[in-house]
Amino acid sequence: MHELSIALSILDMAQEEAERRGGVRVEAIHLKLGPLSGVVKEALLSAYDLARERTSLEYCRLVIEEIPILVYCEQCRDQRQVHSMQSFCCSECESPVSEILQGKELQVYALELSP
Amino acid sequence: MSLSPRMIEVRQNVLKHNDVLARGLRQRFRDDGVFVVSLVSSPGSGKTAFLESILTMLRQGHRPAALVGDLATENDAQRLARSQAPVKQIITGTVCHLDAAMIEKALQDWRLKDLDFLFIENVGNLVCPSSYDLGENLRLVLLSVTEGEDKPLKYPTIFNSADIAVITKIDLAAAVEFDRDAAYRNIQSVRPGMQVLEVSSKTGEGMPECVRYFQSRMRGQ
Repeated sequence: MHELSIALSILDMAQEEAERRGGVRVEAIHLKLGPLSGVVKEALLSAYDLARERTSLEYCRLVIEEIPILVYCEQCRDQRQVHSMQSFCCSECESPVSEILQGKELQVYALELSP
Repeated sequence: MSLSPRMIEVRQNVLKHNDVLARGLRQRFRDDGVFVVSLVSSPGSGKTAFLESILTMLRQGHRPAALVGDLATENDAQRLARSQAPVKQIITGTVCHLDAAMIEKALQDWRLKDLDFLFIENVGNLVCPSSYDLGENLRLVLLSVTEGEDKPLKYPTIFNSADIAVITKIDLAAAVEFDRDAAYRNIQSVRPGMQVLEVSSKTGEGMPECVRYFQSRMRGQ
């Protein structure tokens, strides 16, 4: 249920950035979301719809790119994906892994401006 | 004039504000020599009973304190105060987790130098607390034998973000036919290599091992 406060933070960040750039109009916010962020995509999208009402970003879309978990596998000595959140082992060699390289992201990585 | 949309790169973490505050807290804890443990679990898994027992035991030779988060009531702080350790309740209102700003505010009138252990009991919730760094040295997740062995599989994110798991109410294990092997298998499956301790706050079983674990982790940092 913390998606609403996350959505408000996202809007604040976009608003600040838009003002910093002289009041540009933001058409879409692009967000990278990792499975280990603790945030659920669908819940965030619904919360975002509520949060943007009657703000300067009322018509601004939220585009979420879900990125996979990447780990370093000691057996393969390489970067790998994991089977699933429930089975945190290397998708290639099945050995358990713990060094997480990617997957905790909750990051606004770009703003799409109106032409 | 180009019709293609213009993209500007931002690359900012949404929880940047919290992360900055948490880094500041971590530095303060280190400077003042306080080892900080946060506790997360679902409601009713025994966080407060565990903490009351730990605080009482650590009072022999250490200076522990606790912050405890709840949506409402001061009940937990009152319970924990029986340990004689300094305790403060953080009432979050409708907020389902603690964040670094709440911790900073709660610590405003405490002298951290007078403490060596600080426990932070999060709001009972296995979802939201996983996203918020509180500046702690150690995140402990509790799982009671009455909850079902598959909790780790249902809430993998919080188990993955924790450093140690503590199975509570172990005195009830037989009565509820707790499947120990399944619980361990599920924990290892979502967080390979995670250490697991078993306790009963009621009978005291496993509590000395927990105290020793905290002491060794504090010395090791």
